[in-house]
Amino acid sequence: MKQSGWDALVARRPALFALILLVLSLIINFILQPNMFARETLNSNMRVFLPIILLAAGQAIVILGGGIDISVGGTVSIVNTVLATRVGLEGSPEQMWQFVFLSLLAGLIAGAINGFFIAYLRLQPIITTYATSFIYAGLALVILPNPGGGIPAQIVSLYRNSTPFSLPLAVYIIAIVLLVWLYVSSTRYGKFLFAVGGKADAAYETAVPVTWVQFSTYVISGLMAALSGIAITMLSGSGNADIGGPMTLNSITAVVIGGNALSGGVGGVAGPIMGAITLGILQNIISFADIDTWWETLIKATIIVLALAAPGIVNLFRRRKRS
Amino acid sequence: MKRISISPPVAALILAVILFLLSGLLPNGFGSDLDVARAQATNILRLAVFLGVIAAGQTLVIISGAEGIDLSAGSVVTLTAILTYVIVNGANEKVLPALLVSLAVGAVIGLINGAGITFLKISPFVMTLGMSGVVTGTIIIVNQGSVSGKVAPIMTRLIARPLSPEIPIPNAIIIWLIFGTLMWLLLERTAFGKNLFAIGVNRVTARLSGVDVTGMNLATYSLAGALAGFGGFLVVGNTGVVFIALGQPFLFPSIAAVAVGGTLLSGGKGSYWGTMAGAIVLTLITSLLTTMQMPESVRRMVLGATLLILISIYGRQRSLRQ
Repeated sequence: MKQSGWDALVARRPALFALILLVLSLIINFILQPNMFARETLNSNMRVFLPIILLAAGQAIVILGGGIDISVGGTVSIVNTVLATRVGLEGSPEQMWQFVFLSLLAGLIAGAINGFFIAYLRLQPIITTYATSFIYAGLALVILPNPGGGIPAQIVSLYRNSTPFSLPLAVYIIAIVLLVWLYVSSTRYGKFLFAVGGKADAAYETAVPVTWVQFSTYVISGLMAALSGIAITMLSGSGNADIGGPMTLNSITAVVIGGNALSGGVGGVAGPIMGAITLGILQNIISFADIDTWWETLIKATIIVLALAAPGIVNLFRRRKRS
Repeated sequence: MKRISISPPVAALILAVILFLLSGLLPNGFGSDLDVARAQATNILRLAVFLGVIAAGQTLVIISGAEGIDLSAGSVVTLTAILTYVIVNGANEKVLPALLVSLAVGAVIGLINGAGITFLKISPFVMTLGMSGVVTGTIIIVNQGSVSGKVAPIMTRLIARPLSPEIPIPNAIIIWLIFGTLMWLLLERTAFGKNLFAIGVNRVTARLSGVDVTGMNLATYSLAGALAGFGGFLVVGNTGVVFIALGQPFLFPSIAAVAVGGTLLSGGKGSYWGTMAGAIVLTLITSLLTTMQMPESVRRMVLGATLLILISIYGRQRSLRQ
């Protein structure tokens, strides 16, 4: 069957819809907030978006590999509470970087635990990471039972106000993530990842190290969750054991809006990053559009559902026309 | 090598009994007092009813396969609980209309889920997640901070109170047993049930064998929505109060109950008896941890660890080599 130009484009570029949505939401945001591209506004937006962007990038890898990680919010909380209690408002920058390193290690271990149960014991990803999310969130609550603690003000300021070459710090971090992904997806590991997510059985038959690849996706997701936790701690400057919980489902929504198939094997990391930015901008638009607070949740949710439905609706009309 | 195989529902039930007996040894447990033990067991069962009913719809969509899951169940429970509360407003004769409205509203939300999943090819996880947001948004607007209403005396009588002074079994448990039998009949003795397992195993072969996969999918999600609606009706009948966060705490436990009960999350295999056992185990663990006055942090961790151990025992997927 010969595919028409549009179908081929959508098949080859799953992130196309994410790009259209992003541009559309940027335009609407620009109309409502004409100074949004000024350096200060751009920076204050991007530093708020960065934690969920990092989380979505890690989630994207797991979903590409055919899994899902519901425990990422718990990992974010652990990192946040560790930094806020162990470094403290009076801590020195050296101490901060020490614990940043420890946080990455914590994320790695959290991811390795998920990976062990899912890849080696072959448990179902949703329910496994759901179970570990309770363990991680509980651990965060042990570390810091009541919101409080903090990190040195100079570190917070470093994250919030750094704009090298008048571009927000977050832009550089996103660029690094994208470059790493560009490299990884061209390596053998990248091919394995798509193969495992597409059809694990077939990948196994062609001698792809399925178990190892699945395991690695959860480790990557744990690391990205730790990075996200570091970012959100540097943004807020304080600790709260429940900070990560609501971020989990947002990261999954961002990945799906970004054009990745939840069944795995289709998509990339650029789309989910665009999806995460779109979600953030959506929140901006809603707060700038002067909408009655009672209506906020409904309007936001409806827009998300419509965004998810849009590719399906287009396909439905195209099929109708052809038949 | 021959392995002793215990079916997951039985394993879950045995676990529940052992845990319950062990809990008697706790400092503030029931000790050797049989009456207290019976009262505690009854109470835990009564609490499990609500989770069990809400998890019924979840069981259906999970058996239907293709990553089937219903993340909108929690918000549907809240919505129908509030609707029931407002419609009934203390009048016995309004209970039946309220029940019908609950079922219908749940079914319509489920139908929209099913339509999005079937026709627009949105994955069930995100479709029902998005729907949950839409329903919550609707609740916020309808509710506007507070609602005025009241449950009717007959609801409290039929749901929260015991059957009769001589038989101290709460009516909720009786309702659950009848409900469980109906669910069993639906799954094992009807064409719907047979088709449900068929599409859960393999949609292509099911379609080729003449199963209307599209219709089944729509029906399953609608039914799941209606069952969540029924759950909301029961919950408000028991608690007598409504608030915006009423249903959400039931959502993930409902999925966990299905998994603990041995239903495969990939679909095609499972039972409602298993889900009932799963609901009992989860409720038991939660209430034990509460009785032991464990802090919230420890409660979360123990719940997570127990879930992990249970699914490690029998939730494993077949190995790649097979």
